[in-house]
Amino acid sequence: MPETLRIQFTVNGEARSVEARPMDRLLDVLREGLGLTGTKEGCGEGECGACSVLLDGRVVNSCLVPAVQLNGTEVVTVEGLARDGAASPMQEAFLSHNAAQCGFCTPGMLVSAEDLLRRNASPDKEQVREGLAGNLCRCTGYAKIVDAVQAVARGEVEK
Amino acid sequence: MIGASTIRKEGRPKVLGTAKYTDDLHLPGVLHGVTVRTRCARGVLKGITFLDGVPWDEITVATAADIPGRNVVASIHDDQPFLVEVGGAISHPEQPVVLLAHPDRHVVERARGLVRLDVEELTPVLDIQAALDRTQVIHGDRNVLKEITILKGDPDGAMAKADRVFEATYRTGAQEQLYLEPNAMIGTVEEGPEGRQVTVSGSLQCPYYVHDALIQLFGIPGDRVRVVALEMGGGFGGKEDYPSVIAGHAALLALKAGRPVKIAYDREEDMAATTKRHPSRTILRTGFDAQGRLVAMDIDFVLDGGAFTTLSPVVLSRGAIHATGPYRCPDVRVLARAVATNTPPCGAFRGFGAPQSLFAIERHMDHCARAMGIDPVELRRMNLLKAGDTMATGQVVREGVDLEALLDRAMEEIHYRGLEKAYRVRNAWDDPIKRGVGLSLFMHGCGFTGSGEAHMASVAAVEAREDGTVAVLAASTEMGQGKNTVFCQIVAEALGLPVDMVETAEVDTRFVPNSGPTVASRSTMMVGRILQDAAHGLRQALVQGGFLAEPYTPEAFREAAARARRELGSLKASAQFRTFPGTTWDDKTYKGDAYPDYSWACYAAAVSVDLNTFEVKVEDFAAVQEVGRVVNPTLATGQIQGGVAQGIGWALWEEVSFREGRMANNQLTNYIIPTASDLPHIHVAFLEGGNHLGPGGAKGIGELPMDGPAPAVLNALREALGECRLDEVPMTPERILQRLEEATHA
Repeated sequence: MPETLRIQFTVNGEARSVEARPMDRLLDVLREGLGLTGTKEGCGEGECGACSVLLDGRVVNSCLVPAVQLNGTEVVTVEGLARDGAASPMQEAFLSHNAAQCGFCTPGMLVSAEDLLRRNASPDKEQVREGLAGNLCRCTGYAKIVDAVQAVARGEVEK
Repeated sequence: MIGASTIRKEGRPKVLGTAKYTDDLHLPGVLHGVTVRTRCARGVLKGITFLDGVPWDEITVATAADIPGRNVVASIHDDQPFLVEVGGAISHPEQPVVLLAHPDRHVVERARGLVRLDVEELTPVLDIQAALDRTQVIHGDRNVLKEITILKGDPDGAMAKADRVFEATYRTGAQEQLYLEPNAMIGTVEEGPEGRQVTVSGSLQCPYYVHDALIQLFGIPGDRVRVVALEMGGGFGGKEDYPSVIAGHAALLALKAGRPVKIAYDREEDMAATTKRHPSRTILRTGFDAQGRLVAMDIDFVLDGGAFTTLSPVVLSRGAIHATGPYRCPDVRVLARAVATNTPPCGAFRGFGAPQSLFAIERHMDHCARAMGIDPVELRRMNLLKAGDTMATGQVVREGVDLEALLDRAMEEIHYRGLEKAYRVRNAWDDPIKRGVGLSLFMHGCGFTGSGEAHMASVAAVEAREDGTVAVLAASTEMGQGKNTVFCQIVAEALGLPVDMVETAEVDTRFVPNSGPTVASRSTMMVGRILQDAAHGLRQALVQGGFLAEPYTPEAFREAAARARRELGSLKASAQFRTFPGTTWDDKTYKGDAYPDYSWACYAAAVSVDLNTFEVKVEDFAAVQEVGRVVNPTLATGQIQGGVAQGIGWALWEEVSFREGRMANNQLTNYIIPTASDLPHIHVAFLEGGNHLGPGGAKGIGELPMDGPAPAVLNALREALGECRLDEVPMTPERILQRLEEATHA
């Protein structure tokens, strides 16, 4: 097996080329290779969702994606949610609703929440709870997160 | 300012993903540190062997022999070593022995598997019963780390005269805090002309605990040690005492390597090695008169402290004081013991002993009510504390306490009587889903127990910055609870400024005074009160110094503060904890005002249980509390909802399985915490009122929501299931099945 491999893919809309070890995970490539530390490691086994990113438009746990599968893919992380440095409506809603407390689950939760609204523009409370069930939060009891997502769905947060 | 839902101060970087937590920081030349642990519950370390397979000459190795100062973690009693030395005793299976560091985390991980420990094994003590039975003696002469007795009146005489006496045993399991950010710490040691300088930064709740630990480990004065609290991804008590151990390890490796060292635990190591909520066993004996009034309580409360003393004496103390619940009883005995076992030491976790003893009394009150044919709500109503009543320590309940209002409001919020009636009808149908509603009534003491705050004598300060805005200087850390925001609100209110003119300073022991640890629901009430005093001092300094005339506008303040700072060089006002007037406490007799004030609450739960799978779902939950004046309603509501979620997790799913003293399910695949779809919306209501001692009339809030959910959920489950022994948490499907089978056979 070679010592390192080169990965060419798109991250947050930019073409990137980075060295990785054969056994690295997407999470390692983002955090160590590209310095994108917004994506967090909470468990390393795909249970907590803190490392959630979009891979070719689908939410994945980046701790479960091998680096060798990344060539030619498109990845969006929490750093890619803001537009020209301005927070997205979902990020604004998380802020105004206190949906981020310690903030460690927040990047992954935001990625999943944005994806949820892309698939279902006006989810009811149960659908939000189901849709975010892959992202663990230990601070909020989830109520403020559900409120924030629904506020965005209802267009209550300025875009 | 106080009473406004100010937006979280550090919220924006958190939602943008730019907030930097410890493992997000990259230091040039940093080494990755790992820990080799004992893996044997009890024994003697005979030797250490380093097996071939990695370039050992590239790896920094530290053992107990490398410690320059004392090999003991500073705490209540000095009994826990940083590292087990060769020839030394092994007291639990996760004790650190060898530390390794290397620039490549993959190499050092391989090396960790190549350290062999030669151990002479001894028979361990693995649970409360074995400790009490003294199957082996591992601590003192009877395995007791701490014993407390609270005595009021003549409980034996009163019990003998009671019309009805009920005795039952209740158990609670260990619980993992499960902050989403695992423990992480960076250590740096520099050798300068003035001596050795040790710096540690990381995820920690108590900067000055870590400071004390490093002073002792290195044997250097306090001004040579610097501790910085970085952004923290949750704590819940889990980063109260163990960070002292990790900080010592990182600094020791840094000393040996001459380079900075980062130790970042992965989830499995964090869950297995660090502290948990103490498992408990409570035997409750209660006597009632013919009307159902409590006449005597005799409580035997035991906590499993694990292998070392750590925080167990104070966890025990809080548990013992809360053991009688919010009830009036003239004759009481509480015998409380923390016992030693060969398991990793238990520690702080939101509630700190109170959830364990309150679970027991709140389940027991339901049990007694049903046995006497009295409605559980009415039995509580008949016995609840009122202003002027005395608690177990003799503390007199303050004016303004109205537990009946809490009880009524919680019942109203959840439609208690309507649900109860409807469920009783439906539960008679031939349907595997059974439903019930139940509640719990409880309190949580604010701040340290007894004379703790007086001994701590915390100091905090406010300082004018160059631009005339104000910095808050305190050692309290932000772990998501909202301290940054709430402190700014309190200081802004005291100075009559908008909250955006006040910011909290970085928590760095070089600059912030020791305002005590970030624990015990004390930050808002205790540190907030000191900050309020400091803010008044700053205003007086400006006015009396002729810089500012009252009344003033924010702009006038800003100009005056900037000018005063320029002319005086600096402008800072400090304040120190003042004892609350009229409070007394005797540590020896456990009599007096155990806490300067209490927060009070009534929580109600509606649950369903499927008799085919024994799965329980919490369908609705109402959390009603009186916490004095609410400083920030949005943040406070979030605190309550998060605490309730942890309490429901503890009640139903969160089980730590120990095997030979080690956590066997130290992964998120088999230690189950609630997801969004496992929980109902948690309704939160605050009843404000009364005249309270904290800043602006605020009291403590952080731990309260952990105390009530487990008994409320199990009381509701009892209503759903009918007669059965629901005396333990977590009440998993397996346990429900077993209890129902037992009830059928009885």
